[in-house]
Amino acid sequence: MSGHVHRDDLGSRLGMWLFLVTEMVLFGGLFIGYSYMRHRYPAEFHHGGGELNATLGIINTIVLLTSSLTVVLAIVAVQRAEKKRAMAFLWTTLGLGCTFLVIKGFEWSAKFHHGLYPNAPHLATLPPGEQVFFGLYFTMTGLHGLHVIVGLSVLAVLLYWVATDRIRQDRYIHLENGGLYWHLVDVIWIFLLPLFYLAA
Amino acid sequence: MSTTHTTAAEPSYLVDTGVRKGVMAWLTTTDHKRIALMYLYAMVVFFFVGVAIGVIMRLVQLTTFQHIITAQTYNAMFTLHGVIMIFLFVIPGLPAVFGNFFLPILIGAKDVSFPRLNLASWYFFMAGAILAVLSLFTGGGAPDTGWTFYAPYSLRTGTNVSLAVFAAFVLGFSSMLTGINFITTIHRLRAPGMKWFRMPLMCWALYSTSWIQILATPIVAITLVLVILERFFGIGIFDPAKGGDPVLYQHLFWIYSHPAVYIMILPAMGVISEIIPTFTKRTIFGYKAIAFSSMSIAGVGSLVWAHHMFTSGMSGFALMLFSLLTMIVAVPSAIKVFNWVSTLYKGSIDFQPPLLFALTFIFLFCIGGLTGVMNGALALNVHIHDTYFIVGHFHYVMFGGTGMALFAALLYWFPKMFGKMYSKKAIYVSWFPMFVGFNMLYFGMLILGMMGMPRRYYVHLPQYHTLHVVATVGSWLLVLGLLIFFGALIVATFKGPKAEANPWGGVTLEWTVPSPPPLENFDVIPTITHDPYHFPQQEVES
Amino acid sequence: MSDHSGHTAEHPVAHPGYGTFIGIWLLLLLLTAGLVSLSHLGQTAAVWGLLILTPLKAGLVFYYFMHLKYEGPLFKIVLLVTLGTLLIFFALLFSDVAFR
Repeated sequence: MSGHVHRDDLGSRLGMWLFLVTEMVLFGGLFIGYSYMRHRYPAEFHHGGGELNATLGIINTIVLLTSSLTVVLAIVAVQRAEKKRAMAFLWTTLGLGCTFLVIKGFEWSAKFHHGLYPNAPHLATLPPGEQVFFGLYFTMTGLHGLHVIVGLSVLAVLLYWVATDRIRQDRYIHLENGGLYWHLVDVIWIFLLPLFYLAA
Repeated sequence: MSTTHTTAAEPSYLVDTGVRKGVMAWLTTTDHKRIALMYLYAMVVFFFVGVAIGVIMRLVQLTTFQHIITAQTYNAMFTLHGVIMIFLFVIPGLPAVFGNFFLPILIGAKDVSFPRLNLASWYFFMAGAILAVLSLFTGGGAPDTGWTFYAPYSLRTGTNVSLAVFAAFVLGFSSMLTGINFITTIHRLRAPGMKWFRMPLMCWALYSTSWIQILATPIVAITLVLVILERFFGIGIFDPAKGGDPVLYQHLFWIYSHPAVYIMILPAMGVISEIIPTFTKRTIFGYKAIAFSSMSIAGVGSLVWAHHMFTSGMSGFALMLFSLLTMIVAVPSAIKVFNWVSTLYKGSIDFQPPLLFALTFIFLFCIGGLTGVMNGALALNVHIHDTYFIVGHFHYVMFGGTGMALFAALLYWFPKMFGKMYSKKAIYVSWFPMFVGFNMLYFGMLILGMMGMPRRYYVHLPQYHTLHVVATVGSWLLVLGLLIFFGALIVATFKGPKAEANPWGGVTLEWTVPSPPPLENFDVIPTITHDPYHFPQQEVES
Repeated sequence: MSDHSGHTAEHPVAHPGYGTFIGIWLLLLLLTAGLVSLSHLGQTAAVWGLLILTPLKAGLVFYYFMHLKYEGPLFKIVLLVTLGTLLIFFALLFSDVAFR
């Protein structure tokens, strides 16, 4: 509105962290729901977990962890004014993020193929606990997938800003905040992996 | 700080100074004061829609047979009354209007930390409101579940629950963004010397409110998303036919919606803590106790949600635990009441309209709070669960508490916001029917509930008739008072005499800037050297 | 609190280099491998792996990748308050579920 330019990077990061708090609580609500249901149906959850493809889940974990690393390396590169390297790191992140989505897509379509999706006639014949397990599986991985898509869009914009020098050595708060979001998406997956694929 | 900054050269925030003029200047503004006024105008409209629905419901209860509307319409109306009043008026009311307008001024800042995000919050709010209205006329018709959207009925009903729930989700998003903005503002933008314990108590109230908004709202957001997913894809988490559990819905819903009660009442308490020192001309009694009680209400208030579910079949252990925690939350609330009353004691009381409404708040809030303790008692709760007692109780807290505090805030800050003074006589005149009507309506409901009248019933048995008539007549008086009240304020915005910068003799920062304030509030960011309620004359006397 | 210094002024010390983060990444992969092998040992081991290794992994991401290590106490408090709140919600919910 006015010519007054006010820059408060710490404030921006605080705002981002508070936003991440809301995201953590959002997924936290689902995790609480998961533990409630798992407490009620331990055997069905164990059996349902057996139906999932653990190998794909583990590969996706490695993919996402690596993409998190490349984001944080991109920040280091920007801090050192190594623009080309920063862009290469961000491209890698985008590539890995898409890889994650593709693998997820294969996984989901396999489940659909086996009739293990909400409202499917086959799923309706399974015990109630397993229906809830797959309901939670699709809700939680779906919502996480949505966050991956949002994160990738944000990172694509950030990549463009690095390319056009809007993000540079003395001004990279947006990249930091975008990175924070991406890391949180990674953290959520860190919890989803054992809950659904390994320990169920 | 002690002198008024005379800024004849600086135009007020109500004057367009940018490139855009008129409505566009408002719709694209990032000024916290203009955004606050846009919230205010929208909310007054929603409030009167909610009032109108309430009056129609009271008319239905005037007889014991069917008239005016059908039973299904009645169901839609109590749902709508709840959704509008809670999500569009009481929850956002004080933080979004008075928090936005006064938080930056009270801490000596030029604006909030993220002004554009602030505008975005307003658009989310309006989008949510429009979606809620759309849900009435599209799909299977207006939702008939009650504002709580309890599963499994909300999963099965053919009415347009999905859109209404999505509207609530969007409104929640707006609320969260406002919370993020306020916390960052309080942490980062306090003026030099404005230490944490030099902040006016309204800021403490808004700070604790914002934390609840951030920590609890996402839970209801995900719960509402689950309801939508359930309705569209049948994921089965709340559906007993698929192994889900409706009690889980109630838990998740109330994990947010009970703390939401404190989102409503904490800023109201903040307002009262501002008004009382100004009109007693002395510092508040027990500043730190009030500040900490705000934080502890926010904390303990998040741990009592299941007292809404005492009859849902929870475990006996949980019943006792939540009953105990509910009793505990009364302690910090009482601390505040005692501190306000102690501040009044031996103060040089200047009896003005804002103080009248602040005292009304204390009286009505005490009734609301004490009936709340009754609700928290397990055995009694079984008797009064889902009766008019509950309806009376929460209207005493939300309308008698938050509503009256909102009116008090409006009266207190109106001269600052609009630069005009209202007719005090008209306000006194409006108070009388409002107060009498209020108590006829809601105390009538308390007794009806004790007698066993269930809530949300379209018709009633003859033995409840007399009190229903009393309550309905009370609703007319209440509306009469509201119309005079808002009429007086609307007239004042156009024709009121010009207000001084400090009409009440207040000492917090908003009274050091002109009425209405200039665009960036302060020419020079003030340096704070003493406590917020520091009255020089008080020092001379003592 | 109310000084509005830019980011560069807040960190007079050198930023951590590539090496630190690559090291953390290797550690994260190692922990994932540990988690997977534990899950092959049976249900109990898998649950213990979940309860111990997963928060550890999340903690490493928070502490290093999300730069919590290099921030002041405020951000750490914000995170702890959030996790504490979730934990209390969880415990109170289970006061119902576990004793039904």
